[in-house]
Parts: sequence; structure tokens; C-alpha cells
Amino acid sequence: MTERARDDERPVSQTGGDLLALRDVSRHFRTRRNDTLALDKVTLSVREGEFLCIVGPSGCGKSTLLNIVAGLDHADEGVVLFDGRPVKKPGRARIVVFQEPALYPWLNVRANVELGLKIAGRGGKERRQLADRYIALVNLRRFEKAFIHELSGGMRQRAQLARALAVEPRMLLMDEPFAALDAQTRDVLQQELQEICVRTKATVLFVTHNVREAVILGDRVWVMTPAPGRVKTEIDIPLPRPRSPDSHAVVDLAARVRAELQHDIYAAQAAEDSYAI
Amino acid sequence: MAIDPGSLDAVPPAAAPRRTGDTGRPVRSFDWQGFALKAIRVALFYIALIALWQLVCELELWARLLLPSPEQVWKQLRFYTDNGLLQDAVQTSMTRLFIGYSISLVIGLTIGMACGANKYVDETIGSLVLGFQSLPSITWFPLALLWFGLNETAIIFVVLMGSIFAVAISARAGVQSIPPLYRRAALTMGANRFQMVRYTLIPAMVPSMAQGLKLGWSFAWRSLMAAELIFVDGGLGQMLDLGRNLNRMSLVIAVMLVIVVIGVTIDRLLFSRIEAWVQERWGLQSA
Repeated sequence: MTERARDDERPVSQTGGDLLALRDVSRHFRTRRNDTLALDKVTLSVREGEFLCIVGPSGCGKSTLLNIVAGLDHADEGVVLFDGRPVKKPGRARIVVFQEPALYPWLNVRANVELGLKIAGRGGKERRQLADRYIALVNLRRFEKAFIHELSGGMRQRAQLARALAVEPRMLLMDEPFAALDAQTRDVLQQELQEICVRTKATVLFVTHNVREAVILGDRVWVMTPAPGRVKTEIDIPLPRPRSPDSHAVVDLAARVRAELQHDIYAAQAAEDSYAI
Repeated sequence: MAIDPGSLDAVPPAAAPRRTGDTGRPVRSFDWQGFALKAIRVALFYIALIALWQLVCELELWARLLLPSPEQVWKQLRFYTDNGLLQDAVQTSMTRLFIGYSISLVIGLTIGMACGANKYVDETIGSLVLGFQSLPSITWFPLALLWFGLNETAIIFVVLMGSIFAVAISARAGVQSIPPLYRRAALTMGANRFQMVRYTLIPAMVPSMAQGLKLGWSFAWRSLMAAELIFVDGGLGQMLDLGRNLNRMSLVIAVMLVIVVIGVTIDRLLFSRIEAWVQERWGLQSA
């Protein structure tokens, strides 16, 4: 027993530059009628300063995975180590940017950005400085006094990003943040996010169902398949930044990722079918 | 992942659309012309109504005793204002209302929030609250007389019972309708229990609490009038009863007008402003 306990702690030195490490993480959702395996022994890691994308169809468990990393959900089996320590509860070191703009409508943009800092116990002057800096970083300076319902969808996601960045987290967890936006706004925000991440050297775990988005943003892309949720294929994206969505390299790599995704989904389906027979 | 502040100077100015004002807030200016036209329309309507009333009285279709003219009502109003009885009655009523309503807010909000936050409290106390809400509060009056005697406490109790359940039900709905996303956002920012309540749950409840305040107020006001009609000592309701006893319908109508004016004034001065503020701050959510 003591042997195993020590074994669990070892990955701290083993993983080296890994900020986040998941090993054999499984998650069941039991309802009265059935037992769904949302995540099946997922193992992956994110290095410090890296932008990792997980791409997969809806319902493949990628949001569950992100929630577990965030500490908003728990794993039934397996280990989640953040900076060498097991993740037990949510915290601003691993802050989440949600798909829906999770901003508070009773606060204006600036107050929303400052709220995270207030919760972190930062003083008034520091709060103002940090809010200034990150509101400017996401190009919302003109709208800092606006209330949330006065903003467009894209501006809301910018505000949410500013609020997350302002607390200076070790890692950003982004849960399809651009999925609800129109295509043009999404393109703009993808470019801005690239710039911001290069500038801030942010470590990001980004979940999406959009293959092109994953290739534009990610240093690495993991392909995830549904029912049960598994990560199987890892693809490096060694392209220089900023990456344009229409560059040949991006289009080619996106095609490759899409092929892998389809291959993995068919393989999973075939396995399921043979099992059913 | 702190950023180099120096590099921020390179940030280009916002490319966002400029359909709002310079501060980013929509520009609104008061429409004086529209307001004046509306005021004229409303004034014309009421002048016509009073003229019609006076006309019907002149025609003597009903006995003067049953339908007093506006002129008679106005005289009664002047008479009871001059001798100060009306002001006394208003003061007595408002004091009772204020005490009963305030207590009902404190207790009602507490019960309602407890019901919204805890399943077991909701199943027990919550069901009781829903049951009592269907009971007109004046039905508490006989019991209140027995418990407290023929005094102020009894009437305040009736006012309290009138508004407390409406306030509690709104507070309960307020807690239950908080989007789970707000909680999750606060959690990921590292909020502890106290911060969660302070920065997320309470502000998120404000729209339904504002609704509860208004609802509770109107229930309290109605309960008070009903109770004062039966009760013996002072207040606007007693003045109505006085008019009935004296067979003086002009007094009855005068007091009714006073009740309407007080109700509308408080609604306009207080609750409509709260509502407008909530709508501006909380946006379309409460609209």
C-alpha cells in the first residue's frame, strides 16, 4: 500500500516539464437505465507553455475531461496531477473559459474582470492595473463600462478571456469558447487568441469539435472518439505562428486530423458492432 | 504567465463596431415631446371621466345618497384634511403597513432562501408556505384577535401574514433560478463559500427579490385595508367604515381615492424605480 502511494507521487519527477498529467482517467455516468462510460482510461499530458487541443465530435466526453481537469467534476478512476499534485477542487490556477459567456450581468465588463481578482484577495490598485492591462489585451478598452447584455457574442467571449487571464492562472482551460459565434467572429478571435498566447506564453488546454480551429491554435492536437471517450491519436502541429486558416499547411494538416478522426470513429463503431453481434 | 506590459503598447485600437456611444453605453435622451403628448392624453381622459361623473349626478339617475358628485367628494376631502383626521388615518395605516411589511421581508426572505437552498426545508416548510399563500390573510384576523387581543399587534400580524408568503415564494424562486453557470464561474475563480454567496448568489437573486418586494407590498396593502375595515381603532379602513355608518358615500369615495393615490405613488416612486434599475443592470434576463 505504501509502495503504491509512493508510486503515485513519482510522476512529479517523471513527467518533468508537464504541468498537467492525466493517467488512466475514467468517468462513468450512471442513470437508472444505463451506465455510460464517458471517459475510458484517458492518458495525456500538457507541457508548460504549450497549447494543447482536444478535438472530437459532440458527446465524446471532451467537456467532461476538461471539467475533471478544472476540478468541477471528478474522475472515477485514474490520476489527475496538476503541477505534481492531485486535483481535488476547482481553483483559479486552472481557470475555465466556458462556451457560454459566464459573465455576471449585474456587473459591467471592468467589474467582471476585477471580480476574479477580488476573489483572489488582490488590493484595489492592483486590481485596477491588472484589469486595465487585460481589457486592453483583448481589445475591449472602449467597452469596459458596458454591461454584458450590451455586448455582442464575440465581445462577451473576449471579456470572459480577459477575466480569466487577469488572475494570471497557470493554465487556461477553454471549453469550445468560440462554438456559439458566427464564422467571421470566430476567425478574428482565433487570430487574437494566437497572438495573446504567444505574448503571454499561456499554457492552454482547448477543447473543440472544429478540426480547423484545433489545427490553427494547437501546438499539438489529440483526437478524441466517443462512446466510450478515448484519446487515441496525437498529431503535432509544427507550423509557425500566426497561422492563417487558409494557408495550405493548415488545410493539409486539418485534412489529416479529419481523416484520423473519421478513422478512429469508424474503428470504434466497428468494434461496437462486432461486440453487439 | 505574466505579460510584458511594454509589449501592450502595440495593441491596436478596438476594431469593434461603434454603434454605441463613446463610453460603450447606448446613448439615450429623454423624449420630452412624447412625454408631453402622453400627459395631455391622460389628463384629457381623466377630465372627461370626471365630467361624465358630474353629468350623471346632475341628471339624478340615482339618488344623491348612492352616487355623490365629484364636487361632494372634493368637499369631504377638504373637510377631513382641514380637521386633520385624514392625515391621522393615513399615518396610522402607513405605520402599521411599514412595521408589518418590514417584518415580513426579513422573515419571508429568510424562509424563502432556506427553501431555495435546501431540498429538505423546501419539502417541509416550503410546502407549508405554498399552502398558506392560498389563504387570504384576513382569515387570520379572528385568530389574531384571540392571540393578541384587540390591539395594534393583531392588525400588524394580519399585514405580516398577507405579504410574508409572497415574499418567501419569490425568494425561493430567486435562489432556484440562478443559472448553474454562475456557480461554476465563481468556483473556477476560486471562490469560497462566503464569496460564492456574496458575489454570485445574492446579486443573481436580485431580480426575483425585487419582484417579491413588489408583490409582498401589494398583498400587505390589501390585507391592511381589509383588516382596518373590521378593526375598531383608526386607519383609512376605519374611515371607510365611518362613511358607511354615517351613510356618507362621498366620504367613502374620498377615502377610496386617497387609497388609490397612496398605492400608485408608492408604486411609482419606489417599485417602478427598482424595476427599471433591475432591468437596466440585469438586462434582458428579467425583461
